[in-house]
Parts: sequence; structure tokens; C-alpha cells
Amino acid sequence: MPQYAILLYAPAPADWAETPPEELEAHDRYAAQIEELEGRIVSGQALEPSSTATSIRGDVVTDGPFVESKEVLGGFTVIEARDLDHALEIAKLSPATWRGGVEVRPLLG
Amino acid sequence: MRRAASVERAVAEAHRREWAFVLAATVRVARDLDLAEECVQEAYVTALDAWKRDGVPARPGAWLTTTARRKALDALRRGQTLRSKLPLLVEPDKSDEVDMNDPTVIDTIEGGAVPDDRLRLIFTCCHPALSREAQVALTLRLICGVSTSEIAQAFLVSKRTMAAHLTRAKKKISAARIPYRVPQTHELPERLDAVLAVIHLLYTTGHTAPSGEDLVRTDLVERALDLARMLRELMPEEREIKGLLALLLVTDARRSTRTDDQGRLLLMEEQDRSAWDRTAIEEGHRLVVGALVGGNAGRYALQAAIAALHAQAPSHAETD
Repeated sequence: MPQYAILLYAPAPADWAETPPEELEAHDRYAAQIEELEGRIVSGQALEPSSTATSIRGDVVTDGPFVESKEVLGGFTVIEARDLDHALEIAKLSPATWRGGVEVRPLLG
Repeated sequence: MRRAASVERAVAEAHRREWAFVLAATVRVARDLDLAEECVQEAYVTALDAWKRDGVPARPGAWLTTTARRKALDALRRGQTLRSKLPLLVEPDKSDEVDMNDPTVIDTIEGGAVPDDRLRLIFTCCHPALSREAQVALTLRLICGVSTSEIAQAFLVSKRTMAAHLTRAKKKISAARIPYRVPQTHELPERLDAVLAVIHLLYTTGHTAPSGEDLVRTDLVERALDLARMLRELMPEEREIKGLLALLLVTDARRSTRTDDQGRLLLMEEQDRSAWDRTAIEEGHRLVVGALVGGNAGRYALQAAIAALHAQAPSHAETD
């Protein structure tokens, strides 16, 4: 099955320590929901807040995320799904959609 | 000479009427929109010569489908190794599995049992993961068979820009694996809405053309009507399709009276009601009635109902 990355965006600085407890609990339940939908989690990581980010463009090193914006990347999940519709069905249930949003990107296969 | 002209007419006619059917059926074999499009185009070119030589076949659509599918199979056989690296647009499900090495495949196709895949094609072109602009361009190119330069003209962009749009959209369909299938019942209302919006947008773009002498770009208007009719034929029970078709018919019935001799827009009360297309208005009215039955009418049905009342009234003052 093809793989998709679900990129999780949250209001800057996307600090998991500030995430409402009910959203964190929902994240814990999310893995089981993905399985119920017959998808599979390949991997997933949560990131430290964007205030800890360091960016490099060319040879210039700067403090902060690569793109300044109101919502920043807070983590990602890589899943296996049958097709885009299946991947979107799974991504729609992500608790990250509550306050921020998610971006679904096919992995280069 | 006369024969050549009549064959060209037959090919043009088949292009207009059968393009969507032929392409949709070929995608199933080619499993890739680009390859399918190329093969279908070649099939039409082949038809010009073959039909001049052998006569126009009894079922031009079936002839074109067989030819296009055969070209697709040939291309796939030639590129076996390359193909294994390409993502498959169509997941091989058991019901429509095609074994590339089975010599009887073409016979089965010629047996006439070609499934009608036009709905799959329509829902793929109008998938919500594509921008509305991409949906519109893909619909015109892949379902109506309109050339890239004609689409570019209709939307006032350069041919190169439109070609880039189309390539990007097709690349997304294959890279993100937008499935080639008709949505399931629970997703149908939302997905159908996108299809109807695309058709409606085509119509309004044609109806109030932003440039040029003609207020109506007849091509787009006719394409929109063709699409609405095709959809109605494929999903006869859907009330919002009836509603949209009715809206387009009733609005279009007034086409010839919307401007005066100088091309100035006329208000409805100034228009010559005797020149309105009564047949279209009647057909629209029957469709509206069907679309309203059962309550909770959709927005196209409601707009059509209002437009039909206006169109049927004997005068502006007597409108209900």
C-alpha cells in the first residue's frame, strides 16, 4: 500500500506541553482508530516547539522555524493507506485538526 | 471526396459524443490518465484513415474504445519494466482485472462488454483534493475532449499556462493516488456537489463571458449542457442533477434575447418572450418538478424552480 505523511500543524510555537489534555488523550486513541479504518501507522514523531528550531538557508544560520507563520509543524505521522481517499479519511480524524490542521503528502514511492 | 468529408464529420461527431466513454474505458487498461489520453487521441487519428478505407463502423464508440485500448496494451507491453516503476492509478480489483499477456483480452473487449466508466472519470476530475480551476480544466480536457489551447482561450490564459495547469493536476492524481472510482454512498452528496459546481461554473463562465463581442461563449455553454445531460443519464435518480440541468435549460432558453442589436444587455422585462425556447423551458419545468418531489430541495432545484416560473409567465407583470 502507498504511504502518506500526515504533517501536524498547531498554533505557534506548537508546544505539546500547552496542548489541552483532552487533545493529548485523543492522540493516544488515534492509533487504534487508524487500525479500525484498516490503515497502518509506519512511524510518527512529535517535535519540540518551534522556539527551539534553528534554520539554515545557504550558509546562513538563523534562529527560528524555516517559514515564519502563525501555525507551525508540530509533528508527523507516516501511514499506509489504499489511496488518497483512504488517507484523507484517516487524516480527518487526527486531533491535530481541532486547533490547527494537517497536511497530507504522498511519500515519493 | 464526398466520402472523405462524411468520414471527417463522423469522426468529429464521435469526438463530441464518445470521447468521455472511450477515454474512461481506456484508463482502466492504461491505468494512467496521460497514457490513456494519448492512446485515445491516436485512436481518433487512426479512425480518419481506417473509416475512409473500410467505412464508418456501426458502433463508432466501440471501435474507438477497442483501438485505444489495444494501443494502451501495446504501449504497456513495450514498457513493462518502466511500468513497474509507475504508480498504478487504478487498483487492480478482481472484477476488472486485465491480464496484459492474455491474447483473449482484446476479444473480450470487442465482445462489447465494455463497462461504462464515465462516472469514475468525472469523479476523478472533480476530486476535492484538486483546486476548482484544475477540476474545471480537467473536466473540459478529459471528459469533453476540448483541446488545451481552446481551454486556454476560454479562460483567457496562454496555452502554455493551461498546459502546465493540466500537467500539474494529472501529476497530483497519479502521485497522490486519487482513486479512479465512484464515491461510496456516504460521501456521494459532497462529491456530487463538486461535480455540479464545476458544470455550473462552466455554464456561467460561458453565459457571461468577460470579454469579446459575444456575451455568450456558446462552446462553454453547450459543453456544460452536454455534461449535465450526461450526468443525468448516468445517475437518473439524483435530484440535484435534475435541478442543475433544469436551471441550465431554463436559463439558456432565453439566450438569444439577452442582448439587443447593439449587444447591450436587456432586462428580463425588455426581452422578447416569443423568442424564448419553449421546448427547453418545458423540459426544464418537467425536470424541476422531479427535482422538487420529496421535499428538502437542493439549491439548484430551488434556483431552477424560480427561473422556470419566470420563464413560463406570459409577461413580466404576470410572473407568479
